[in-house]
Order: sequence, then C-alpha cells, then structure tokens
Amino acid sequence: MLNKDSSTHTRGESVYLDDVPLLQGTLFGAAFASSIAHGHITSLCLDEAGQMPGVVKIFTWKDIPGDNQIGGIVPDEPLLASHGVDFCGMPIAFVVAETDSAARAALKKIRVEIDPLPVITDPREAQARGALIVPPRQFVLGDTTTAWNECSHVFSGKADTNGQEHLYIETQGAYAIPQENEGLKIYSSTQSPRATQTASCRVTGLPMHQIEVEVTRLGGGFGGKEDQANAWAALCALAAFQLKKPIKYCLHRMEDMAMTGKRHPYSADFKIGLDAQYNILAYEVVFYQNAGAAADLSPAVLERTLFHCTNTYYIPNVKATGYSCRTHLPPNTAFRGFGGPQGMFVIESAIAWAAEQLGIDKTIIQKANLNKTGDLFPYGQKAVSEAQVCWNKTERLYDTASWQAAVQTFNRSNLLYKKGLAWMPICFGISFTNTMMNQARALVHVYADGSVSISTGAVEMGQGVNTKMVQVAAQVFSIRPQRIRVQSTSTHRIANTSPSAASATADLNGKATLMACTAILERLREVAADQFGATTGNIRLQDEVVCVNGERTDWNWHKLVSAAFGKRVNLSEHAHYATPEIFFDKTKEKGHPFAYHVYGTSVTVVTLDCLRGTYEFDAVKIVHDFGASMNPAIDRGQIEGGLVQGMGWMTMEEIVYDAQGRLRSNTLSNYKVPDIYSVPREILIHPLQTDTDNAAIFRSKAVGEPPLMYGIGAFFAIRDAIRAFNPAALVPFDAPLTPEKTLMALYGKNKKEGADKLKASAQVSL
Amino acid sequence: MIRFILNDTELSTDLPAGTTLLDFVRYNRRLTGTKIGCREGDCGACSVLIGELIEEQLRYRSYTSCLTPLGNVQGKHVVTIEGLNPATGLNPVQQAMSSCSATQCGFCTPGFVVSLAQFCVSGKEATVQNAIAAMDGNICRCTGYKSIERAAEEITGLLSAREEQDPLQFAVGNNILPAYFSLMKARLMALRERSKELRKPRSTQAFRVAGGTDLYVQRHDELDHDDIHFMFDDPALRIIRRQGNQCIMGPAVTATDLQESAVIREAFPHFSKQVKAISSTPIRNGATIAGNFVNASPIGDFSIFFLAADAQLLLSDGNHTRRLPLRKLYKGYKQLDLKAHEHIREISFTLPGKETCVNFEKVSKRTHLDIASVNSALFITMNGDLIAEAGLAAGGVAPVPLCLQQTADFLVGKHLEETLIGEAIAIAKEEISPVSDARGTAAYKTLLLGQLIKAHFISLFPRLDASRLLHLV
Repeated sequence: MLNKDSSTHTRGESVYLDDVPLLQGTLFGAAFASSIAHGHITSLCLDEAGQMPGVVKIFTWKDIPGDNQIGGIVPDEPLLASHGVDFCGMPIAFVVAETDSAARAALKKIRVEIDPLPVITDPREAQARGALIVPPRQFVLGDTTTAWNECSHVFSGKADTNGQEHLYIETQGAYAIPQENEGLKIYSSTQSPRATQTASCRVTGLPMHQIEVEVTRLGGGFGGKEDQANAWAALCALAAFQLKKPIKYCLHRMEDMAMTGKRHPYSADFKIGLDAQYNILAYEVVFYQNAGAAADLSPAVLERTLFHCTNTYYIPNVKATGYSCRTHLPPNTAFRGFGGPQGMFVIESAIAWAAEQLGIDKTIIQKANLNKTGDLFPYGQKAVSEAQVCWNKTERLYDTASWQAAVQTFNRSNLLYKKGLAWMPICFGISFTNTMMNQARALVHVYADGSVSISTGAVEMGQGVNTKMVQVAAQVFSIRPQRIRVQSTSTHRIANTSPSAASATADLNGKATLMACTAILERLREVAADQFGATTGNIRLQDEVVCVNGERTDWNWHKLVSAAFGKRVNLSEHAHYATPEIFFDKTKEKGHPFAYHVYGTSVTVVTLDCLRGTYEFDAVKIVHDFGASMNPAIDRGQIEGGLVQGMGWMTMEEIVYDAQGRLRSNTLSNYKVPDIYSVPREILIHPLQTDTDNAAIFRSKAVGEPPLMYGIGAFFAIRDAIRAFNPAALVPFDAPLTPEKTLMALYGKNKKEGADKLKASAQVSL
Repeated sequence: MIRFILNDTELSTDLPAGTTLLDFVRYNRRLTGTKIGCREGDCGACSVLIGELIEEQLRYRSYTSCLTPLGNVQGKHVVTIEGLNPATGLNPVQQAMSSCSATQCGFCTPGFVVSLAQFCVSGKEATVQNAIAAMDGNICRCTGYKSIERAAEEITGLLSAREEQDPLQFAVGNNILPAYFSLMKARLMALRERSKELRKPRSTQAFRVAGGTDLYVQRHDELDHDDIHFMFDDPALRIIRRQGNQCIMGPAVTATDLQESAVIREAFPHFSKQVKAISSTPIRNGATIAGNFVNASPIGDFSIFFLAADAQLLLSDGNHTRRLPLRKLYKGYKQLDLKAHEHIREISFTLPGKETCVNFEKVSKRTHLDIASVNSALFITMNGDLIAEAGLAAGGVAPVPLCLQQTADFLVGKHLEETLIGEAIAIAKEEISPVSDARGTAAYKTLLLGQLIKAHFISLFPRLDASRLLHLV
C-alpha cells in the first residue's frame, strides 16, 4: 500500500502547522535570543521595542504564572532566561505583535546587557571541570583488567563525531488558541504531544486536561521535534493564556538553527585487545558526550550509546563509561539513532585502527567477531542474532570478492582517482530504553455507515506510520483501506502518549490498534454468529463479506455493522498496549531492555578525486533484516533515507561553533545536507526475510533508525580510498570526513596533528 | 500596481513591489502548497514556475518564490502547485512521485513536482539526467532521493513519446498541465497591452534589483517597499551579443541566459557543464552576472570566471559613463570602486580564440548547490609550447575575488612544463591571504588553490605528466 498521504502531498494539499487557517485576531510571536553563550544578564531594556508599531506585549520570565521550567528528564532548562544565559540562542523574551514582521522588527530594538562568563564548548573540558548533566554511567561485562593479559594485540586511540543538524524542511512552530474556561488548544509541530502538553502546563500552571495538543503531521522530525518542539508551544501557550488571543510562532530557518540543539557531538577514547586469531577479547571505551547547556534527552541518548558500544560484535570483556558533559551550546537532543551511531562509530574506528596496525583487512576482524544467538550484550540481554546471516548473504548476493578485486584493479590502473570500500554491519535495539515509555493506546471507532476512524498517539512525520495503522485495521477487519481514516494526533483523544521515536511508533501504536480492532471484530463476529446460527469461531470476514465456515454469506461489512449498531453493540474500543518482557535495572546496568534487535550489513564503495579531495559514492549494497515487512515500499524509503542521512553526517554535514559558542554553520548556505547529486549512484537493498517470531507488529521489524548507521560505512570507505592513494596517510577518526579533511589527509600536511589525534591515549578508565 | 496571472486567475495587487512572491501566494492568496523551508533559495520548497513571453514565445522557468519580488512577475504567468493540480486525482508527474513512494513527510514534495513540471515544458531532451538536473535546487531530507530518481525515470519515459511536438502542447495533451495552459500565451499577450505603465513611479535614486537571488537572502526585510528599479525584465539589459571578437552583455543577463546563449556556447564548449557546479537551476534562472560582480563575495563564481577573462565594465550614474576593468572593481572586502548611484551598464570581454583554453574549477563541501571553499578560472592562450597569454583568478583566498596577476604574468612567455606549474603555484601562494572560516581553514584553502591550479593544467593539457604534477608540493 502506498503512503496514504501521497495524493495530498503531491497536490500540495497536506496541512502542516503553518497551513492551519488563522482565526481572526491572531497575534504573532517571536523569541528574542541571547547572542552570548554564557553570562549574567545585568539589564534588559524593552522600552523601545515595546513602543514599536503593532507590538502588543513582550513577555519575560517574570510573566510566567507557573514554573519557568521546560526540562524533561532533569529540570534544568528555563523557558526564558532570568538572571543568566547558558547558550547562544537561549530565549530571553517573547515579543507578541499584530503581524509577524512587526514582532521581528521589535526584536531588533530589545537591548540586553550580559556580563560574559567563560564559555566551554569542549565536552572533555567540561568533564575535567566536573560539569556533568547526570552522574557517569558504566556498563561492564566480564573483566577487562585481566583480559588485557590474554590479548596478543592491544591498541588504543581516540574517535570523535561531530553533531548533526536535523534540517527537517518544516521549521519548528506552534499555534495556541484560547478555549473557554481557561483552556488552550495548541497546534504544534511536535513528535511528542504529551511532552509539549506537559511543558505548556508547567509554564501556565494549567492541569493537563485543560490543554489539548493537536498534530496533523510534521514536515520532518528526525528527533529534532521530540523535546525541542516544547519551547515554542510553551511560549505561545503563555502568551495565549495571558492575552486571551490566538498566538502563532513559526521559526525562521536561522532562528531554528541557532536556537535548537542537534545530534550530540562525542569524543571518545578506546582501547581494544585481540587474540592471535583476531577475536576481540577486551574493549574499553570512555564517551564524552557534548550535551549542551541543559539535559534535554542527553541522559537517555548517552544510555543508548552505551547499549550500542559494541555494535553487532560479541566481546566477552567490556567496560564502557559515559559522561554527559554540560557545555555552553544549545541543548543537544534526539536524532535518528539516538546516541547509537556515536557508539558504533567508535568500535568501528577501534577495529579499523587495530587492522591498520596489524596490516590486515578490517573485514577480517569484523567478520570474526559478529555475534551469534545466545551471546550476551554488555547489558546482559542475550542476542537473537541475524548478524552472520546478513554478512554471509551480502558476500554471496553481491559477490563482494569480485567487487573488492575490481576496486583493487581500478586503483592499480588509476592515478588521479582511487576507490575505497567499507563494510558496515549493524545491530540496533528496538524499544525505548526507558521501559516505562513502551506503552501506547489506540481509539478505534466503527461508524454506523461502516467507515472506520483510528486515533493513536503516533505522529506522522513521513515515516508512514499512519499508513501502517490503516493496514493493521484493514487486515483485521478485512475491509478496503478507503474505509479507514487515521485522525490527527490529539492529547484529548489519546492521553499520556509516548513520543514518536525510538523506531517503535508503528510497533507500539500498531499493537494497540490491533488490539482495539480485534476487540471490535470479536463483537461483530458474535452478531454474525447470532444471525447465522453459528459459533463465533466459524465466522470470518473476508474481503468485506461475512463468511460462515468459509462460505460467503449475503452479509457484507456494511450490513454487519448496521446490524451490530441496531443491536446496541459497542462499535468503539480504546485499547492499551505495553511491550511485554522488557526491563532494565539501572542500579546493575543489566536487563532485557529491547523487545528485539534489527540487523543488517552494508558495503559502500566510493570514488575519490585525489587531485581535489572530493568524492562520489558508486554504490551502497545492503542486506537488511526486515523480519516480514508489512510495507516494503515504505520500509525501502526508510532505508534509503536513513542511509543518506547517515552518509551526510559522515561526509558533508559539518556543524561549526566558534570558541564563543556561536553557531557559524547557521544557514542552509553554509550547512550542507545531501542533495540529489550527492547520493550513491546505486543503492541496492535485499530484504532478509526472517520467520523468527519477534515482538514487532505483524513481525515487521522497526525500520526508522537502524539504516542511518549504514552511513558510517561512508567514512571508512573514504578512509580506505585515501590510504589507497597515500598508504602513509594518517586519517584521524574524526567525522565528518569533509573534502577539507580528505584533502589534508591525502597530502599529509597534518601528519603530526593526525598522529597526535590518533595516538592520544587518555586514561581509559573511570 | 502589479498585474499578473496567478495559476488560472488574472489579478492585480497594490502590495509593495518589493514584497516576495512567496509571502504573496501563501499569506495573501492562501495558496499554501508553496512551502517555506529556508527563505534563502537553498531548499526549493517554495519553487514556482514563471511563464513569460520571450520573442513572442511562451517560456517557463522555475524560481524560488522566496527570492522573487512581485516586481519581477509583472505581466507574467506565475504557477504554484495549485496551478498544476488537475481538478481531481493526480497528473502524471504527481502520479509518478506517488507510485514511486517519492514522498515521505511531503513538505518538499510540491517543490519537486513544480521542478519536474518545468522539466516537462522546458523542451530539454527527455533524459533522466535532465530530469534530475531540473531538481538540483530541491532538497529532500527524508527519501534519500532514490525514489525521486525512479519517479524521474517514469516521467522521462512518458516524455519519450513527445518527439517533435511542442513541449507545452504535449504537456497539456497528456494532462501534465491543466488545459488552461493552452490559452496562456494569448492571455499574456492581451495582458501585456493592459500592463503598460502600471508600475508606480519610482525615484531616480531607486534601489536597483535584478534577479534578487542575493539581495533577498541578505536584506528581504528592507525591500518591502515600492521605490525599486527592477532591471530583470528590461530586454535591453538582457542582451548577449558578439561584436567582432568581443562579447557584450547586459547587466541583467542571468546564468541561465549565458548557458543558453549561442555566442557563449560557441566560445566555451564546456560552459554548460561547468555552470552545473554553480548554484541550482532556479537560482541560475534569477542570478545575474552583474549581480554576482557587485555582490562582491570573495567567492563569487562568475566574478572569478570573468576576472580570468579580463572582463571590462561600462559604468553609469545616469549622467556620466566610464570604463573600468572588472579586476579594478574590488577595493577591499565588499568594497567596490562605485560612486553614488553608479551601476554596471554593460559587461564586455574578448571571446577566446582557437588557441585559448578555458577551465573553471570549484570545490565546496557539497559539489552542487554550494558556495565554494576555493574556486578558480584559467584563460590560457598557447603559441605552440609557449604560453602567450594567461588570465588566472581565484576565490575564497582573499577578501575580494582575486585576480592572480603575478602568477599569470609569470606564466606568460614560458614553456609549459610540469615544473613551471609548481613554480606558478608557489607564486600564487604568495598572492593570497586566505582566512579560516566555515568553508575551510586557511591551510586547506592554500593547499586547495594549488590543487586547482594543477587541475586546470591536467584538464587542459593531457600531455602533461599528471603523476609529476600530483606530487609537486
């Protein structure tokens, strides 16, 4: 089934936040943000701005009736700065005016004086000063201390990844409309209606039933609208609550880029030990996560880094330590992969470094250490593994040996261009690692005319979750998808939602929808059983027709529903689903946090222009563990899109903050995401169809995040090509590998610096 | 007053002529299919088609409406996604996008549909490459583009039946465009008669706007008024002609005009390919050469190209004119040798002869639709093995678009050989003063300039030993 929105999308008729028709009297908001990353506010002068034409009111922290607090996991993030600022882009005031341009004109007239304080942008520096968001975390398996003695080879090094701008094409925004009796309705571009509702409640002091958050769809989210949609909604809610007027605020791109957090940059030290057969016996890693100025989701992101620190390899002795470091950058946040990619990059770097030092191909170590069913992850869960199946299938299906040979032949016969090849196996756990969040509800109505309405807590942001909800209902009821409508996501209809995140949205909400539809179906079958004098067990619906013992009757879906309604049968159901069997004990850092894992293997080949330091990707070929895909077209789109986003993170997407904590890559003209020319010429995806039972909806494994990590292969492919040109090149494990870093590595100008970066051997222990 | 046809409706507006077309269609006409992604022409979510009569033929090009002032659509046909929609269902472009799953969140989708529609009416050969090129200004963050490529293949297949038919008629005949397009040429002709003298009077000191592709990125909030001299639609300012061995161009000539000009194509056979690395289709449709010059960006691609060509400018303040070589225009970072109210009236340069080779190089973080880290152009005239003349320029290595005069002077009169290039690079490195910024460190830009100089010679003179050049330090 095609994405159910594809008609309105291609006709430009799908409704996003900025398309919601405005009510008369709507006022427009704009946030005034700090241009200093750290300091004390000594004065704030709003007089001139307040006199500007059209300005209605300028809100500061003093105008907040509830708490000046929007922090989710940790209450450390004021909505509006009061006495100090902690990052460039931190909102200080909120102008409300009669027009959008009047509000923005007034921003320029606000005067603030800030006594600057020292700015920290480097997580290691923050850690050294004890500036941590939460206490450090440590996952331990086996005993690395004794394991080092058994290793034939031990290597250590450093690996860094930069952040990544979400660059959803629709910027953040909210539209808050007062309702009678002090209520508020907020249209928000949020992945997490509950979090947006909670933040707005906290700021206004209203209970949750007074604020409805409604979402039709997002123009992209990728994690960036999980917690970071809250501030704009809370600002609009604050103003709407006080002024009793509808308030709208859609961020301009530069505001969005400057004021919102991104994927967390990480710096890490690793130490890896192998035996003579290249089995990895021990691995120690310390992660320094650049959390930014407030917690946001950083502790949860850090946790997932630790969960994925060994990627898809079985390593018997592991010690992984994570610091969430408080710096003066905008609070970094969720981004597809949620810390997992950062963890995987380090183990892949460690393996690459070991292979280079040993003078062997990286794949020898990778392949020798793939996990198998029954192996333990460092957090105590036993693997149900497809790792070796995926790898072996990739070898066979794509004849990788010949491919590798062709690369070598090319490199021998070409001077100006070199090819590089890299394998990237992945293993990604599905579930919110915070067990409590693995719950969802669905409200299904069958109307008297046979049409069906579904409401869930899922937010549609392009991932196709609403299409999958339609498929679930269509399958259970055996009716045409055209009879089914998925409603907008509203906190009035579905309470206490979990965010659409962690790749788990279709699973959680799909299971709840399945339960609701099944309950209604059971009641309908009873009606049919009564009618035909059969038992419910003999009643089946097939292609909208009631069948008794496999025989078609003259009752169709519509007639069945009408009859049920006439008999006063309940045609609605509100179902609740909670993922079974998962748990995690943070005091021991052990448990079974994931419902299941998704596996896959990719091979990436790049062609490097050794004269100019630029590159193009020939192909990425993938074997991916879909389970049993319920929508191959949508799932393929998730893989292609995730892969390319991951490749962007590893290649051209370079976040630049200066030493004062100001974002330099602050527009689309200086922050580049992949365009149509920068994607691989060929992307092949082979579905590994597995019959193994899993906890996914219809056994169709979650697909949102895992493919992003195939993108890591881009980094190692370029690295491979650089070394084909210059075997002595020292290429730091420092992503992204931009054309700049590539050219510098090709010509070895940074040999000394590169060596320092690679060999920096900080103490690998807590 | 601005009068034009928006989709199927002729309308007029008293809004300031400097208002962006994007704000007009979205917030004045509530045509919300045109999306706002960046307001700087870098995402394509707000793409529209603009049709106009050129030599009595109706021609459609794509533009980003965020950078298009209303003043530039006077008397034209503006087409938003709503204007492409059939009454019900999907047109073949939309159908291809839908059936290939080329839409996920959908926010960028109308822009892609508009760009593909432009490809269908452009008359460009129906190849997948051309279809993809039409979308070079559209960014999608969801799909990874492969599904969009598959849609482009489907559409290209559809167009292969077109053969010699008129593209517009074919598009209407195959429901790619709604039927009202078939009357548009006549409607625009009629409108032209009624649009004369509609424009509000402007002062003699009115601010000059050409394509708007840079001004509306930097200063759109200051241009929301009527005292603007719109140069874009003045045919006299859009001419490209040959006069002896000279090429004379008006200041409002766009990058696309250059690409499509027979004079330019003949003189620079690789021009079109090299221009692909400059910006995107909708931006090239608006961006003017003179605009690139006076914008004074140290990495302006056309500034670099025409510095190497030693282009000459004719300047005018309305009363007096004077001539100035382009290389003398730049006095410092964003500082020009222009007096009050002085503007470029004409650009001229010597067309390269048979002995002259031309190469343009550009490296940026992203190969397409990006600003260069370093760019460079070389015009070199050979007399046998001897270098007779050389023009060399580079961007991103100084506060201004830089003419590498000493390097060029050094080359002239020498035998072309590998070691000479090494020496030239050493001189070039003395001429530059790059700074570290978001586009790269000074060390990188210095190294890269040397590489691009090597690339000029490796590209133009295959007889040179590339391996020796590669390892020159």
